[in-house]
Amino acid sequence: MVAGFVNNFASILMATSRDVLPIILLVFAFQLFVLRRPIPHLRRVVLGGVYVVLGLTLFLLGLEKALFPLGRIMAAQLSDPAFIHGAGESAAVADWSAYGWVYLFAAMIGFATTIAEPSLIAVAYKAHEVSAGTISQWGLRITVALGVAFGISLGTFRIVSGTPLYMYILVGYLVVIVQTMFAPKSIVALAYDSGGVTTSTVTVPLVAALGLGLAATVPGRNPALDGFGLIAFASLFPIISVMGYAQITSLRAKYTGKRQGDE
Amino acid sequence: MIVSLLLKKLRDAVADLTPIVLVIAFFQIVVLRQHLPQVEELLTGSLLVVAGLALFVQGLEMGLFPLGESMARALAAKGSLFWLLVFAFALGFSTTVAEPALIAVAAEAARVAGQEGLIDPGAASLEQYALGLRMSVAFSVGLAILIGVLRIIRGWPVHYLIIGGYAVVMLMTIFAPKEIVGIAYDAGGVTTSTITVPLVTALGVGLASVIRGRSPLVDGFGLIAFASLLPMIFVMGYGMLVFG
Repeated sequence: MVAGFVNNFASILMATSRDVLPIILLVFAFQLFVLRRPIPHLRRVVLGGVYVVLGLTLFLLGLEKALFPLGRIMAAQLSDPAFIHGAGESAAVADWSAYGWVYLFAAMIGFATTIAEPSLIAVAYKAHEVSAGTISQWGLRITVALGVAFGISLGTFRIVSGTPLYMYILVGYLVVIVQTMFAPKSIVALAYDSGGVTTSTVTVPLVAALGLGLAATVPGRNPALDGFGLIAFASLFPIISVMGYAQITSLRAKYTGKRQGDE
Repeated sequence: MIVSLLLKKLRDAVADLTPIVLVIAFFQIVVLRQHLPQVEELLTGSLLVVAGLALFVQGLEMGLFPLGESMARALAAKGSLFWLLVFAFALGFSTTVAEPALIAVAAEAARVAGQEGLIDPGAASLEQYALGLRMSVAFSVGLAILIGVLRIIRGWPVHYLIIGGYAVVMLMTIFAPKEIVGIAYDAGGVTTSTITVPLVTALGVGLASVIRGRSPLVDGFGLIAFASLLPMIFVMGYGMLVFG
């Protein structure tokens, strides 16, 4: 057990360090040949880099050890026909309304994993700093997580109902485009970035397990075709929710401002 | 002082993890009505996750953010647009080309394409197809960061570029072979690793705060968005090229 743990730790550490290697080489080459001056506070930066690699390694190790296996088992159990239709019964055609727990699980696990997503923590930290505190870290993270929750829930509905992926995506992009025209300009770039950061270390493994599990057990679905695409939902809807939140707050501010002006 | 800082980081990390634990516990106990298996494993795992997150955030503040900002400042001070763009492209390309998630997706995509008879199912042709996919994605991420940096310098509004990009994605979705569309959408999501995101964000925000007339909030963000948009276009383009 201890040997297995050390082995796991070493292999994840290797993988994480490999992610850092191109960055180290690139920065080193630029300092040496192009910029020709040292990085300020080099020792602190290097120590910080070590923290990041170690922290990420522990984080992934913990997830793989405890949370992912359980999450995968639960995704399989919830999409199991015996759980959905009751033992002994089976349906030839999927009835989308029988999958209520699956949609709820998808939404809640999407929300929960997004809250723990390290990339999103980093972006929210910067957004808070840069906006001089007007964008709160938790406010942004919860808004993004709600977007992911809705997106993944809708994505599982799509798999169950077997409707085509591109229809949803096209409509989603249209909504994004229309929102972009009306949303406050200061939030637009951040909203787009929020879409890209939601799908990394934590969300993808659990969500992919849910998608593939559903596509394998829902009658009439093909895992190779229907299992994918949940990721696309998870990166589209946060853009909509972040811009939507900004629109609502600015409309509200306008409305109360107007009312106070009238009185 | 250090102890209280450390405690705060740990407390934040616990808050980050709590929702996952609650969701799993709720479904396990209320819906599936089963006892939590391996409670010990679950507890050690959660402790590792909390310690890891706390360490990661500390490392962000000390290492990755300052590194991205000081590179942005140094490159801006050098005043050479050429080297800044070279750095931007190299950062995007080098961190993507060997990304394990991308290698896995490309290999899977090649397997599916071979099965469906879209390409010759021999090992050599599968490998070539997967390599082609990886190269298209890495090149497009490099180009995306380059365009994003150029946008910050020139002050182009981000929404025109992104809306234009989405319009291209929608058009290509209609014409691209159906087999490549799902992979293309997923390729947009897997390109930016947890270490690249903070570095690229700090680079963008750093550049926008040293260049006069740019606002870090309006102009500094958006690099990640380009890095998830362009791969979709390039992968669909690659599919149209290969499958003809």
